[in-house]
Amino acid sequence: MRNKIVFACFLLFFSLACQREKRDIRPSPTDLAIYDEAARESALRPGGPVSPQPVVNNPYNASGYDISEGQRLYNWYNCSGCHANGGGGIGPPLIKKDWVYGGAPANLFDTIAKGRPNGMPSWGGRIPEYQIWQIIAYVRSMNGGQPTSATSSRPDSIETNPQNIVNRTTGVTK
Amino acid sequence: MVRTKSVSTALAALVWVPLGFSQIQNQPDDGQWVMAAKNYASTRYSTLNQINTQNVKNLKLDWTFSTGYTRGHEAAPLVVNNTMYIVTPYPNDLYALDLTKPGAPMKWVYQPHPNPSSQGVACCDVVNRGAAYYKGKIIYNLLDVETVAVDANSGKELWRTKLGDINLGESITMAPIVAKDVVLVGNSGGEFGVRGWLAGLDADNGKVKWRAYATGPDKDVLIGANFKPFYASDRGQDLGVKTWPRGGWEIGGATAWSWISYDPELDLFYYGTSNPGPWNPEQRPGDNKWGSTLFARRPETGEAIWAYQLNPHDLHDYDGVNENILLDLTINGQPRKVLAHPDRNGRMYIMDRSNGEVLSAETFVYVNTSFSVDLKTGELKLNPTKKTGFNTIRDACPAPPGGKDWQPSSFSPRTGLIYLPHNNLCYEMQGTQANYIAGTPFVGMNVRMYAGPGGNRGAFSAWDPVNAKTVWAINETFPVWTGTVVTAGDVVFYGTMDGWFKAVDAHNGTLLWRFKLGSGTIGQPITYKGPDGKQYVAILCGVGGWSGAVVAGGLNTVDGTAALGFANAMTDLGKYTTKGGMLYVFSLP
Ligand code: HEC
Repeated sequence: MRNKIVFACFLLFFSLACQREKRDIRPSPTDLAIYDEAARESALRPGGPVSPQPVVNNPYNASGYDISEGQRLYNWYNCSGCHANGGGGIGPPLIKKDWVYGGAPANLFDTIAKGRPNGMPSWGGRIPEYQIWQIIAYVRSMNGGQPTSATSSRPDSIETNPQNIVNRTTGVTK
Repeated sequence: MVRTKSVSTALAALVWVPLGFSQIQNQPDDGQWVMAAKNYASTRYSTLNQINTQNVKNLKLDWTFSTGYTRGHEAAPLVVNNTMYIVTPYPNDLYALDLTKPGAPMKWVYQPHPNPSSQGVACCDVVNRGAAYYKGKIIYNLLDVETVAVDANSGKELWRTKLGDINLGESITMAPIVAKDVVLVGNSGGEFGVRGWLAGLDADNGKVKWRAYATGPDKDVLIGANFKPFYASDRGQDLGVKTWPRGGWEIGGATAWSWISYDPELDLFYYGTSNPGPWNPEQRPGDNKWGSTLFARRPETGEAIWAYQLNPHDLHDYDGVNENILLDLTINGQPRKVLAHPDRNGRMYIMDRSNGEVLSAETFVYVNTSFSVDLKTGELKLNPTKKTGFNTIRDACPAPPGGKDWQPSSFSPRTGLIYLPHNNLCYEMQGTQANYIAGTPFVGMNVRMYAGPGGNRGAFSAWDPVNAKTVWAINETFPVWTGTVVTAGDVVFYGTMDGWFKAVDAHNGTLLWRFKLGSGTIGQPITYKGPDGKQYVAILCGVGGWSGAVVAGGLNTVDGTAALGFANAMTDLGKYTTKGGMLYVFSLP
């Protein structure tokens, strides 16, 4: 009886909090699933669709904890070195609509795990699978692809106090 | 006024020097263009004078050539034996164009197919700065850390040498030079925690003769008994190890990714090393030798003769890699063999190139990160309020690309002036913990750049190296990221990132002619004598590079830290220009 009440409380908690504080207690090791079928990169289906494309959801979706972990890992694995805080640099921007290799969770998983030919390193075996999903949750949050209730409002870049932003056309004064 | 003065000082120097000695800036010139910097002294001065201040207004487009690529085009074309050679950005194709035929049709193209993954380790766009012609060969570097020699007539690959590893973050973007049959090549990767080096390759077969590291024990740096730095702060044993936290030198940057000059008489070549890594200086206490240092070495052995660390314990990504123009000048009444080095830290160093003594180091842009250079001790006096680390600082000038970046200046023996394409940028930063993972960036700093005082992000100015001051300056909207060429017709050419190719009067900077190119330009203009005896001027356009990555890489400027913070200063570039690599060649009708 008591167990049932606890269980009901848990259910209630998760449905109300939208998994905001959800944490995976036993994350998966570094072994990898590559989402070939779910990560098609073309909308063209010669001769019509063969079978419906399976949908792979991010198992670490929508949790504020995972998104902020993803952000920490995004910096820790130096994604930020090549993609800055989403604006890009060596690599393309990650705040955008026109993904080269697809922006669905399964596409992003493939991109990060397998790498891409023009300079995106392949991280498979280096970053554990659950951390890849956390990074994906963060990358998608940059594009509003995650519930705002779970998204961090404080980016870890230089504070954006408007008083401190120097007018670009007049420059600083001596 | 200025001109009369410079000419008389030049004359005085001529009278003073012993017979049979000619000033190094008066290099022989056959009207060809055989290395990126034009000559060993790196003057980018041409004795051609058909195009002059009077008639340059009539300059007309002659022919064009599309490279087929859209990333930043920084290379200088070469002109040898009536053939023009162009190196493209990655994938580093080499085109040979026949100048004897109308419209300069293609003779051949050599495609080396470097590893595409190398694009991921090029910090600041996949640029290439050009080739060198030497004894029938075109020699240049590939992004994936290779040097190749191609037969100048047939386009056949003669040798190809792998010099490093992209999985350590290494790449090559610089234009080599060849001195005494030795090809001089240095790596890039100062933002990737690589260990910087400069190598000497046998021009005949590409075999590595020696490699001089910029960090580590003296034997690796090729410092031996003949090493005599001018200042005490650069003397001592194994400073490349002792001035780092334990092991820091192994991933300390100090690459040689830019220009090399050579003085055949002193038999010394000169180059500077990049920033030490990571950018966040609190992670590397010490002077970090030999980062941000000028070296003088012997081409046959690589042996170091002197060194001067420009920016000990660099705080602002002030690489010491900018060009060294070799000049013989009379300074304070004394004839001196000098080199002129406009540094990223915003100071124009005039140094005695025989021993490394600093003769002057005045600012050519607005600088607040340092106060002065003590000529007695060589010490750069820093402004303590602009010290970076795990903190936040604002309004530090110049920004990481410096008062001036790689964009090479020129010198005219006729005016005695150095023509400087440069930046006017300041920045704010926040330090973060840089995590070393081989093959990925090792920086530890969030940066945002913006225009310096006046609001113009760039300028083109003329510097008097004898009196150490600016003579005239032209403000430009964007950083002036092209090289320059100055001619005996007293015309100076440079280009802008919004696509104007300009000719100005070498005496006073008056705009004489301009032409709108298809894309912004960050190339190196050249001038040459065609097979028909006419003078031509050529430049590549194709915006990109660190400054133009915003357009070339399609960056999103909502994030000001994009492109290591350069994006913040260039948010409007896309309103002025689009990408696209194209060669333009001009002449008088
Ligand atoms: C060494 C530089 C580098 C690092 C580090 C790096 N990337 Fe990339 N990334 C690139 C480059 C270059 C590309 C473009 C590859 C291509 O087009 O083939 C890219 C592409 C991508 C794409 C595909 C974009 C699209 O439009 O489809 C994503 C997503 C991405 N990176 C995410 C990441 C994440 C997440 C990390 C950290 C785990 C990371 N990258 C680390 C350089 C890097």
